[in-house]
Amino acid sequence: MAVDVTITVIDRGGEKHELLAPTDMNMNVMEICKSYELPVQATCGGMAMCATCQCYIISDHDLGERNDDEEAMLWEASFVKDNSRLGCQIPITEELDGLVIELAPEE
Amino acid sequence: MITTDILIIGAGPTGLFAVFEAGLLKLKCHIIDALAQPGGQLTELYPKKPIYDIPGFPDVLAGDLIDNLMKQIEPFQPGFTLGERAQTIEKQEDGSFIVTTNKGTQHHTKIVAIAGGLGSFEPRKPAIENLDKYEDNGLVYMIKNPEDYRDKKVVIAGGGDSALDWTIYLADVASEVTLVHRREEFRGALDSVEKVQELVEQDKIRLITPAEVKAINGESRVESVEIQHNDKAKRMEVIECDAFIPLFGLAPKLGPIADWGLEIEKNAIKVDNTLDYQTNIPGIYAIGDVNTYPGKLKLILCGFHEATLMCQSAYQRIFPDKRYVMKYTTVGGVSGFDGSHKVAEKAVVKKIGQKA
Repeated sequence: MAVDVTITVIDRGGEKHELLAPTDMNMNVMEICKSYELPVQATCGGMAMCATCQCYIISDHDLGERNDDEEAMLWEASFVKDNSRLGCQIPITEELDGLVIELAPEE
Repeated sequence: MITTDILIIGAGPTGLFAVFEAGLLKLKCHIIDALAQPGGQLTELYPKKPIYDIPGFPDVLAGDLIDNLMKQIEPFQPGFTLGERAQTIEKQEDGSFIVTTNKGTQHHTKIVAIAGGLGSFEPRKPAIENLDKYEDNGLVYMIKNPEDYRDKKVVIAGGGDSALDWTIYLADVASEVTLVHRREEFRGALDSVEKVQELVEQDKIRLITPAEVKAINGESRVESVEIQHNDKAKRMEVIECDAFIPLFGLAPKLGPIADWGLEIEKNAIKVDNTLDYQTNIPGIYAIGDVNTYPGKLKLILCGFHEATLMCQSAYQRIFPDKRYVMKYTTVGGVSGFDGSHKVAEKAVVKKIGQKA
């Protein structure tokens, strides 16, 4: 039986939201935020083409390298930091339990 | 002035298919799109990506789906106003509308169908102060006429295809080209990457990476840009230039449609029902990704359905007294405005005689 993991999202007002995320639904961090109606626009629907789901990784989870599409998108986005990632490119896995992210400002 | 029955705003799959459904009802369509080619995000963002949930197609490339739709609607001879953005709308006394684009092209129509998807694609702007002061005063996000840069000093920023392509082109036109990019890696066609490498080695252009343009200076127009090197020292460098061209790709924005008096919710146009996808302004419909209603799904196949119901309602609105029932294309065929007629081959009734 797949377990749910807990992910903490700090919104743009600084408020913390603890989200329960399923690991068996092929979902990613952007989609979890959307399912809880957090203000993530996700205009491109998850193709790493808009950066509206950009977030900063606050906890020290190892998420691996950014993929090529994500990397290229982050070259062009605003407010990019070293810990910037696109939520749509981070699949929800059991290793993500306890992850803390902060939503990047809107462009 | 262009006149039509249904003015469709947005040439994505939903807008294109609306032409077909309208054509079956003998209604003429005209399409406005801000991009230079039809297809919307399918051709602009991901023409080579396969789509797996178009009914009847196990997989189809986004670009091919658009080619097929263009072929499907050809008999209905839609008009196109491409490369222009729908700007203003004025309701006429007779209930019709005049829609004017940012370039002043006027369209007189009985019905407006907004199939605007995510909105019109606008250049993504860098996070630099006082951008508006310099816009069109040396700062542009899109190169319209490269000759404007002959013998000028140009700074280009970006790491994708358009930054590479324009660097290559302007290397022969401008007196000085500087390419600034956040990273040392570029992403584009192999040819372009290699060509830029060559230009750097031949000292034909200057490459500054990893670095970022942080500020623009100048009294009334761009005179120089301040570049921060992303090395340990975070060294700042000022480069004199006549033009600064950030090429950071396109991002969709709802744009002027947001000011048309339509009910907007979360960047989408609210339609009050799923009966015909009409907005709060009678005669204006919103179909496809641009609309929202309870249970909305942003899927191409849902856009097709919405376009179909919209056309039925538009027909009723244009011809309130005419009776009409939906006809299957397997029964009625497809009669184009170009005189073409496609119809299933009829079976014959013929006697088969006994062996003589």
